[in-house]
Amino acid sequence: MPDATPALTVKGMHKRFGALEVLKGISLTANDGDVISILGSSGSGKSTFLRCINLLETPDQGDVTVAGELIKMKRKPDGTAEPADRRQVDRIRSELGMVFQGFNLWSHLTVLENLIEAPVHVQKRPRAECVDEAKALLAKVGIGDKHSYYPAHLSGGQQQRAAIARALAMRPKVMLFDEPTSALDPELVGEVLRVMRALADEGRTMLVVTHEMGFARDVSSRVMFLHKGQVEAEGEPEALFSGATSERFRQFISKERG
Amino acid sequence: MILASADGVDTLRIFGFGEGGWGLALLMGAGMTLAVSAIGLLIGAAIGSLVAWSRLSGHRLAGAAGETYAAIFRGLPELLVVYFVYFGSSTLLTGAASLVGYNGFVGVPAFVAGALAVGVISGSYQAEVFRAAYLAIARGELEAAVSVGMDRWLMFRRIIAPQVLRFALPGLGNLWQVALKDSSLISVTGLAELMRVSQVGASSTHQPFAFYLGGLVLYLVMTLATTRLFDMAEARATRGMRRIAG
Amino acid sequence: MDWDFIGKTFWRLMAALPLTLEVWLFSVVLGGLIAAGVVWMRVSGSKPLAVLARGYVAIFRGTPLLIQLFLVYYGLASIPAVRHSLFWPILREPFYCGVLALGLCTAGYQSEIFRGALLAVPHGAIEAAKACGMSGLTMFRRIIFPIALRHALPAYSTEMISMVKATALVSLITLWDVMSVALKIRNDTLVTYLPLILAGAIYFTVNYILGAAFLSLERRLSPHLRARPS
Repeated sequence: MPDATPALTVKGMHKRFGALEVLKGISLTANDGDVISILGSSGSGKSTFLRCINLLETPDQGDVTVAGELIKMKRKPDGTAEPADRRQVDRIRSELGMVFQGFNLWSHLTVLENLIEAPVHVQKRPRAECVDEAKALLAKVGIGDKHSYYPAHLSGGQQQRAAIARALAMRPKVMLFDEPTSALDPELVGEVLRVMRALADEGRTMLVVTHEMGFARDVSSRVMFLHKGQVEAEGEPEALFSGATSERFRQFISKERG
Repeated sequence: MILASADGVDTLRIFGFGEGGWGLALLMGAGMTLAVSAIGLLIGAAIGSLVAWSRLSGHRLAGAAGETYAAIFRGLPELLVVYFVYFGSSTLLTGAASLVGYNGFVGVPAFVAGALAVGVISGSYQAEVFRAAYLAIARGELEAAVSVGMDRWLMFRRIIAPQVLRFALPGLGNLWQVALKDSSLISVTGLAELMRVSQVGASSTHQPFAFYLGGLVLYLVMTLATTRLFDMAEARATRGMRRIAG
Repeated sequence: MDWDFIGKTFWRLMAALPLTLEVWLFSVVLGGLIAAGVVWMRVSGSKPLAVLARGYVAIFRGTPLLIQLFLVYYGLASIPAVRHSLFWPILREPFYCGVLALGLCTAGYQSEIFRGALLAVPHGAIEAAKACGMSGLTMFRRIIFPIALRHALPAYSTEMISMVKATALVSLITLWDVMSVALKIRNDTLVTYLPLILAGAIYFTVNYILGAAFLSLERRLSPHLRARPS
């Protein structure tokens, strides 16, 4: 659908922490159904980029547009930017489902309560409807029997799948994954990747910051490789992984395998 | 019985509920102790959360004010604070009354002054309990709340407050015991709480040993019983918070 | 402001400070000795002794110091057997009664601090000491005590400050400590707040110095917790 409004566009994003410039003008367009893997070594700015999209970090410059709606920013006297309208940010955040490296489930709520918390209290949807939907989502990620458990009583893989279900429960337009498998024991990575692959197969729009080369190559529709705050290489996975485009990317994947 | 042989007086009658018995008075004193301590703890919770907030807010001035408050009231003898609040609150009230045209001394009821004194002391300690409880919340959980679009107030209500309460419960249980014990100092203002009733009973019957021992036992029963209550509340509140080993 | 009156009041209060500090020092030392005994009973392995120790801690930590003080000072004195006993010359003195009551009370708190500190000594450190062939006493002196001491210091510092504050209660058993002198000046002069404020400043300063002293001791004893020199 080349004429449709993209699910997410980012234009010219800059971010610096003190003297260190972490993002040096990054742009991205995600159409409906795109699965974009964002790769890069540590310090490349890939996590910061993701966190700037839903304003967990405030970008210094750059436009973020979600489903055609631009997040309005204004400039503070000291030159840094801040959102012009907090309510707009809160609303748009609820349309972007974020999955964290450290799961970040709310430890005082059961899994089911975690899932319905934002739909009921942020989106003000009827509770009964949210509960039904949440149970269906839990079944879908394979932990339908764990809905009354507290996060601390689940394995890491189960917690991350619950966190994915929590993000899905908000019916987000775009899913953001911030290294979702990096905190997991190796034997638990597979179950989370399977869930993510299933989401990709059903046509979800996803941005995935990851180290999983297999996922990037086999599942994503596009791969973006960041190096020192800039896009070093970008394109379809086959082209990129065949090694033709970027010497740095070739080095990067050989090291990741290594 | 040692107590009875002390003066040949029948202990049972002293602590009984019949004529010349102090049983009812002591129990009512114990009730007053519980009431003044509980109200004091609540006042302390209000002060404590305010001070904790001031220190977490990042405002330098507010933070310094909160820190000073806590330092001062932890560094002063509780008895001195009781006197000070007792005299001071009456002065304030008299001053306030003169503003609205009433000239004359207005005394603050001993219960109010007592609860206030317990609260002022307790607040300086509760501030630290609340602050530590807030800092114990995993940062990521707050980030997750932000990422789903919660505004500050909603995040405070749904994510922060419930967890702060849970993390603060053990500390609050200790401070409840402290409040209960500090409340005995209010006896110097004449409020008929357990300590005061024990004193009155001791001097009017000339049986100080029996009365102070009886009062002590009642205090012990109160602390042990309420500690159990706090333990139960804690066990309930922290369900799900403990990690399964492995 | 009447500086002359302020000065006079201040020095009258300062004249009472030695008594306050004496009550503090004696009761803290007495409490420490009793606490050592209580901890020993608790970890001795004998069940009846452990139960006794737990009862002691529950009673003295679970009831107000004020009623303990009155029980010792007024209560014991009313028992004829006590009046005719060997201890009467001590128990009729408010000073010794104050020290005894405060000491008994702080022993309950101190023993819990000591016990917690002992439990905090890592099992591995003890095993390593045994593996080096240390005997019980050497092991206690060289390994257990130093580790436990460092662990106990912060809580112990808090307890010492608590005890300075607790000494104010002896004003209620006719001793002329800082608190009771302040109340007397207040009564005599009808100046409501100044004596209490000055007394408060004195207590606060003592506690501040005490807290700072413990902090510097803590720093000196824990070089291993300091940041690595760069």
